[in-house]
Amino acid sequence: MNNARLETIPANLIRSLPLPPPVALERGLSPAQWGMISFLVSEVALFSTLIVVYLTFRGSDLSGPTPAILSRTLVFCTTFCLIASSVTIHFAVKSLSCGERSAFLRWWTASILLGLVFLAGTAYEWRELIVIHDLTIGRNLFGSTYYTLVGFHALHVTAGVVLMLTVLGLTLNRLVSFSNRAGVALVSWYWHFVDCVWLVVFAVVYLA
Amino acid sequence: MSSLLLLASAETPDLSMFDPVSPSAKSIRDLSILVMIITGLIFLVVEAVLCYCLLRFRRSTPGGNEPPQIYGSQPIEIAWSVAPALIVFMLVLITTRTLWEVNTDLPKPRADDRALFVTVVGHQWWWEYIYESHDGRKLGFTTSNELHIPVGDDTARPVYLTLKSSDVCHSFWVPRLAGKTDLIPGRTNHTWFQTARPGLYLGQCAEYCGCQHANMLIRVVAEPIEDFERWLDHQQQPAVVEADLHVAQGAFLSQSCINCHRVRGTTAAGTFGPDLTHLMSRQTLASGMIPNTPENLRAWLVNPQNIKAGCLMPAFGLNKHDLDQIVDYLLVLR
Amino acid sequence: MAVVEQEPVLLRAYQFTPEPDSASWSAVLHICVMTVDHKKIGIMYVIMALVFLVIGGIEALLIRFQLLFPRNNLIGPETFNGLFTMHGTTMVFFVGMPILIGIGNYLVPLMIGARDMAFPRLNAFGFWATLFGGLLLYFCFVTGGAPTMGWFAYAPLTEHTFARSAATDFWALGLAVSGFGTLTAGINFIATILAMRAPGMTLRKIPFFVWTMLWTAVLILFAIPPLTVALTMILLDRNLGTHFFDVQNGGSAFLWQHLFWFFGHPEVYILILPVFGMVSEVIPVFSRKVLFGYEFMAAATAAIAFISLGVWAHHMYAVGMSRVVDLYFAAASLVVSIPTGIKLFNWLATMYGGRIILASPMLFAVGFLSMFLIGGLTGIMLAVVPFDLQLTDSYFVVGHFHWVLIGGTLFGTFAGIHYWYPKVTGRMLSERLASWQFWLLYVGFILTFGPMHVAGFLGMPRRIYTYDAGLGWDFWNQVTTIGAIIQVPSYAILVFNLITSLWKGQPAGDNPWHAWTLEWATTSPPPAYNFETIPTVHSRRPLWDLSHPDDPDWKYE
Repeated sequence: MNNARLETIPANLIRSLPLPPPVALERGLSPAQWGMISFLVSEVALFSTLIVVYLTFRGSDLSGPTPAILSRTLVFCTTFCLIASSVTIHFAVKSLSCGERSAFLRWWTASILLGLVFLAGTAYEWRELIVIHDLTIGRNLFGSTYYTLVGFHALHVTAGVVLMLTVLGLTLNRLVSFSNRAGVALVSWYWHFVDCVWLVVFAVVYLA
Repeated sequence: MSSLLLLASAETPDLSMFDPVSPSAKSIRDLSILVMIITGLIFLVVEAVLCYCLLRFRRSTPGGNEPPQIYGSQPIEIAWSVAPALIVFMLVLITTRTLWEVNTDLPKPRADDRALFVTVVGHQWWWEYIYESHDGRKLGFTTSNELHIPVGDDTARPVYLTLKSSDVCHSFWVPRLAGKTDLIPGRTNHTWFQTARPGLYLGQCAEYCGCQHANMLIRVVAEPIEDFERWLDHQQQPAVVEADLHVAQGAFLSQSCINCHRVRGTTAAGTFGPDLTHLMSRQTLASGMIPNTPENLRAWLVNPQNIKAGCLMPAFGLNKHDLDQIVDYLLVLR
Repeated sequence: MAVVEQEPVLLRAYQFTPEPDSASWSAVLHICVMTVDHKKIGIMYVIMALVFLVIGGIEALLIRFQLLFPRNNLIGPETFNGLFTMHGTTMVFFVGMPILIGIGNYLVPLMIGARDMAFPRLNAFGFWATLFGGLLLYFCFVTGGAPTMGWFAYAPLTEHTFARSAATDFWALGLAVSGFGTLTAGINFIATILAMRAPGMTLRKIPFFVWTMLWTAVLILFAIPPLTVALTMILLDRNLGTHFFDVQNGGSAFLWQHLFWFFGHPEVYILILPVFGMVSEVIPVFSRKVLFGYEFMAAATAAIAFISLGVWAHHMYAVGMSRVVDLYFAAASLVVSIPTGIKLFNWLATMYGGRIILASPMLFAVGFLSMFLIGGLTGIMLAVVPFDLQLTDSYFVVGHFHWVLIGGTLFGTFAGIHYWYPKVTGRMLSERLASWQFWLLYVGFILTFGPMHVAGFLGMPRRIYTYDAGLGWDFWNQVTTIGAIIQVPSYAILVFNLITSLWKGQPAGDNPWHAWTLEWATTSPPPAYNFETIPTVHSRRPLWDLSHPDDPDWKYE
């Protein structure tokens, strides 16, 4: 009786029962979009921690190289590449949404190349730091915090490039098309995030 | 000294925070009792309601009609949000009052300030006490594991401790004198207390600091000002050795003891282990672990690891002759 | 709709091949490894947590035996320190979190009318990462002993200077890997709860357990990454010669404390919020009343989650922060008691005027209410800075957080396990065994952890492997050990009950408790696809609406 089912109630009674209001369909983000957003939120927490650690130790070294040795010219160039890649990936996603495959491929490849240039820039910068300035990760606290922060970011760029290369490969094999635009857009969200983080890292490490 | 030992044994060891002997520990005790009364009342009320609900509304058999469904009530919710908020507000106020009483800033030593300044350095697993100044007089000697302080009589004799660590985090805790303050490498902390009651106050390291954390014991000896002054004068002297023990002293100085231990007035100037200048004036060995008797001292030298496993002093495998000599020598370091 | 499932449950739950009788061990193992079904993964999480619970429990018992007498020589300091490090790490990371994530995994899709989690493969990955993390942690025994720096691993004890064996590396690696698994679980919960609810189930209508899982997941997002960074820093310090916590070279012991507790305090709420959720499901059903003040409960949950991100340094009053900072953290910590109080009062109001049936889930829920209250009140004592200066790092703190984690988390989780076992297996647990388990646990628990508070008042610091006689601590330690021994049969009974009820238990039917949330609308155990047709929901208690069509919930919400 507590658990009386609707079917056991006489039909004439059913008609007198209150009717629930109609259910409006909720329109919101897809699971994948929520997943990417929450992943990026956790990434914000990750990079915030790294930046706090960097700032905690800034200027606390008594010996060894300081942030003054960093070459801004090079980093301005690589930063420009990264920002540019955010623009190109935006156009790539737009092209895919319009179903323009070749435009998508062009923009997408450009984004990958710009990402690779950024990574190459970082590699070159690190080589200079290690070889010329003798700044290794174990040299002093600047070395420890700098390589950890910039390294974590470079790791994220690398992951992004791998993701984009995967999409590129799938597209060339005609496995990615207009119908996959949502997934491709998520990759671009990630890439935009990595770029935004870089701007903060850039400001904290190179400008401050 | 002997009167002091008597005093110490008369007092049953007690580390209860509810038996304070210093003003800061007292105000913490008073606050604590107040907080416990408040939380105790909350406890009684809520558990009473819970019991009432269980007794009044329990049904042993399932079935029967569903009780009236009550979905909530805004006024009630607001009421039981505001009531705890008021209690919280009150708790914050009384916390503030006591916090400002207990945590005071470290003053600078001044002439005739009747204050004792000691720097405490935590080591794995013993305490180093560097006596900086008393009554404005500079001191500058080092002892370990036994903190002597003067008791105040008509006027207070505060003790200010500067806390540092040489390795990992420790925490200085003598419950009857004050709450804990951590010793953190790379940081300098401070705490203070004062007492009018002579006696032995026990405590121990309260922040896990590795293997022998359990045996990093604190002994604070509070004694009348005359006794304390006498103790101070004595501790400031270098070690004095009679002529017939020069051979024994030589045996000590030729061993690696001196790499870690200091005996003022000799070439032994190590700082890694406790200062031994007046070793035999201390009541215990191994940071409060065992009474300081000749037998224990000998056993300690034979193999410290048998007594305090994991401690940083290794067994040196001394032969019997060297051992005898070194024990003889250490026994005169009064 | 309901066909009572008669076959043994494990076989059923792992049914993969067409013929159930071919489910040999290897086939079961194959299914375990291959499955991406949220229910199977949930069960695996819970089983893993129970196994680690037994391991952590044995470690605790050894600790208690060593402390039974003053200057006891049962185990040496190194072993003792290793035991409490492993005990704490195991219980927090490999019992508490997996058991709650596992229960959430099983229930969230069922409760919101979804067929699975949002990312089933990621879900499986999360489980395996957690398990692998646990194995990595315990692998340290192979490499020469347990880590000995305590579960919060205060720097610089983790530096190579003070911890030479690889155990610390395995500890950090294990936690980082399992943390990654936990993070994926958190992401999965958020995506599932926000985007896969049944038609009509707005966020205001989700079952309360789902709401608490949502906020738990949010806390996971914010709490785990800082821990990951801090663990990475330990690993870099130890293996690449960085200086983060290397105090001799400018590193900071203080930084670790901040980073760890920034993770550590939200972690406490990760361990308790889902339990609030479970209790909020059990109490209404066994009081036969709707949850009192759902909106306020929901707001209180969100408030707790938010505030918990800003109270971490109340673990650090003794480190010598300024008085103002101390006071801020004291005030923030005390403020948490307001939403927590609201919850407690709402549970009591739900019981008030109800028709309380003290079946095993409710028994544990009431145990939770009575004990969690005490844990909360001792928490208030610890938030009061000067009081805490005496209590922190004493046995009082040990008593306090065990009171919260056992009296709170474990009692609540047991309430949940007894409540949903019939759904998961199709069989009822033995009520007789359950009440034995409850009373042994209740008495043993109070005897174990009550005296710890007294020992703390009497000046006994935590984490000491031995103590001197005559300090007034002997008696309390002996009572504690006796209490721990009384708890042992309780866990044995639980395991026995869970296993034997698989075939001995009464068939449960779809909805043995006459409960109201969606998971009870499908069969027990639910089919792989959960629901034949995705139900449309009009209120927080869809099954109440179904059984009371004349007076449905949606009229009042």
